Amino acid sequence: MRDRITAFLVLLPSLVAVGIFVYGFIGQNVWVSLSDWGKNPAQALALRPELRFVGLENYRELFTGFVDTRFRQSVVNLIFFTLFFMGGSLGLGLLLAVALDRGPKGEGFFRTVFLFPMALSFVVTGTIWRWLLQPQGGVNVLPTLFGLPPLGFPWLTTRAQVLVFDWNQLPLYTAFVVGLVLLYLGWQAHRAGEGKRRFWSLLSASVLLLWAFTLGRHVQLLPYPEPHGFSLALVGVILAAVWQMSGYTMALYLAGLRGIPVEVLEAAKVDGASEWQTYRHVIFPLLAPITLSAMIVLGHIALKIFDLIFAMAGLDYAPTDVPAIYMYLLAFRGNQFAKGAAIGILLLLLVAVVVIPYLASQLRKEVRR
Amino acid sequence: MGRILLYSLLLLATLFFLLPVYLVLLTALKEPAKITLDTVWRWPDPVYWESFKVAWEAFRPKFQNSAVLALSATALSALVGALNGYVLAKWPFRGSNLLFALMLFGMFIPYQSILIPLFQFVKAIGLYGTLWGLILVHVVYGIPIVTLIFKNYYSEIPDELVEAARIDGAGFFGIFRHVVLPLSAPAFVVVAIWQFTQIWNEFLFAVTLTRPESQPITVALAQLAGGEAVKWNLPMAGALLAALPTLLVYIFLGRYFLRGLLAGSVKG
Repeated sequence: MRDRITAFLVLLPSLVAVGIFVYGFIGQNVWVSLSDWGKNPAQALALRPELRFVGLENYRELFTGFVDTRFRQSVVNLIFFTLFFMGGSLGLGLLLAVALDRGPKGEGFFRTVFLFPMALSFVVTGTIWRWLLQPQGGVNVLPTLFGLPPLGFPWLTTRAQVLVFDWNQLPLYTAFVVGLVLLYLGWQAHRAGEGKRRFWSLLSASVLLLWAFTLGRHVQLLPYPEPHGFSLALVGVILAAVWQMSGYTMALYLAGLRGIPVEVLEAAKVDGASEWQTYRHVIFPLLAPITLSAMIVLGHIALKIFDLIFAMAGLDYAPTDVPAIYMYLLAFRGNQFAKGAAIGILLLLLVAVVVIPYLASQLRKEVRR
Repeated sequence: MGRILLYSLLLLATLFFLLPVYLVLLTALKEPAKITLDTVWRWPDPVYWESFKVAWEAFRPKFQNSAVLALSATALSALVGALNGYVLAKWPFRGSNLLFALMLFGMFIPYQSILIPLFQFVKAIGLYGTLWGLILVHVVYGIPIVTLIFKNYYSEIPDELVEAARIDGAGFFGIFRHVVLPLSAPAFVVVAIWQFTQIWNEFLFAVTLTRPESQPITVALAQLAGGEAVKWNLPMAGALLAALPTLLVYIFLGRYFLRGLLAGSVKG
């Protein structure tokens, strides 16, 4: 009995610490995000500032307020960064893993080379790529070594945007995309013969899509059109991030490929499958769970990306803004603590959307075992 | 895929991964006056080692900060993790699984969502701008991942071993000291490597909670490279310095490095 009490007492400090530093701070941050801290400059830097409750005002301003257009561009940037970064790392990682799985000479060397950026800090990576992407040097003058004209893409310094859309259309697009995903889930449930899941996915999909095509078209977040798009300055940041993380996906995929039983591949060969067919119908489906966990990990990294952009472009460069950067800028340079806290909470919600379903499915798998 | 295609693909990928490193070396070895944008890829002639000396002089205090920070925070969090994992794996009590799950949640939060209260808290207890504050923060936010690794590892140790020691009259700490700890080396290695690289490379807490005299090297490097007037030989030599410890860990302990990577890849 005494030992049981000792055991609990040993664990207690960690429980208290996590209780305060995780749950307590999240709670406090929610409260700060609902206050007006930072509106009054006299209160901004006080050790015990007086906070007034203002409800969801900070959130409303971020999404629809006149001054926070930069936050909205940072959200759009985050969406595009996440998509291209995940796509790039998964694609390159899979390609390299398939190549290495075919047993080339010097496999260990290649593996080490592809994986070493993982050991670096994002700050080091950012510093290196900032130099590589100088408009008149680095990557752009590489072709001149072979007597070709230099490249002209200004990388981080461009302010150009593509895929421009009006911020007022965002609810519509979001509903549309989520609706399509739900439709797909419903179709999968249908194929798997899971009636209940099919019903709920199809129901929520049709409600969403119906809303999008009737009321959603008339939603006006702002009284005026506000264009946002994929900021091309991000291309360089995405390139650096893929450079750093694709070795990691390669390692995951390679472990997966090595785990496929030889009999399965033999069976495919006996059935007369071509090489491409074997990949398409046997190997890639077996790698799907790895893709999912890699997507969770990469998505998690992408949503809170901060140090890479800080090192490549600094805090004050709007074209490469992401919410984590803008949050830091608002709170720690501008003393707008309430609004910064609101962005922090939004990031937490975004991560929760990604991570909680994954954890739940992992847990269910564990229980089933 | 033909062999030729395979090897050209691998060669291309190798260039993609190594060319940046090559350029870093080239630039760090050039005389500052000879660094011009259109000749960046030319080999330095003569090779100029001075930049490393200057960079080392400039970065040495920050390098020391990083070393003290990473080593002590790693040691502390490994100790905490071993004890936590031991309790959760070998002395579970009612509700301990739920508490463990609640603890793990701390691994997934983006730190932006607690940064402002954390900043206030560290300031209020008088540790803002000190290395101790940063060490405390890293140990606390490391609790979930290190506890997870140790708990998983200790679950593999047969309960009978613990039971036998108990019958022999050993208590909570006696069993830990004489039965569990001697078997723990692999878990300590994985945790130490993971925490060391994480803490050495960390930036967000470091830039928020330190003053210039307590800055780790990542913050100093970001600020040096961010200044516009700077010549690029220094940031490049500095980047090499900042990367060196974790690169050495990766090269010599790569096997364990990968294991930690796969275990803790969703950490915030």
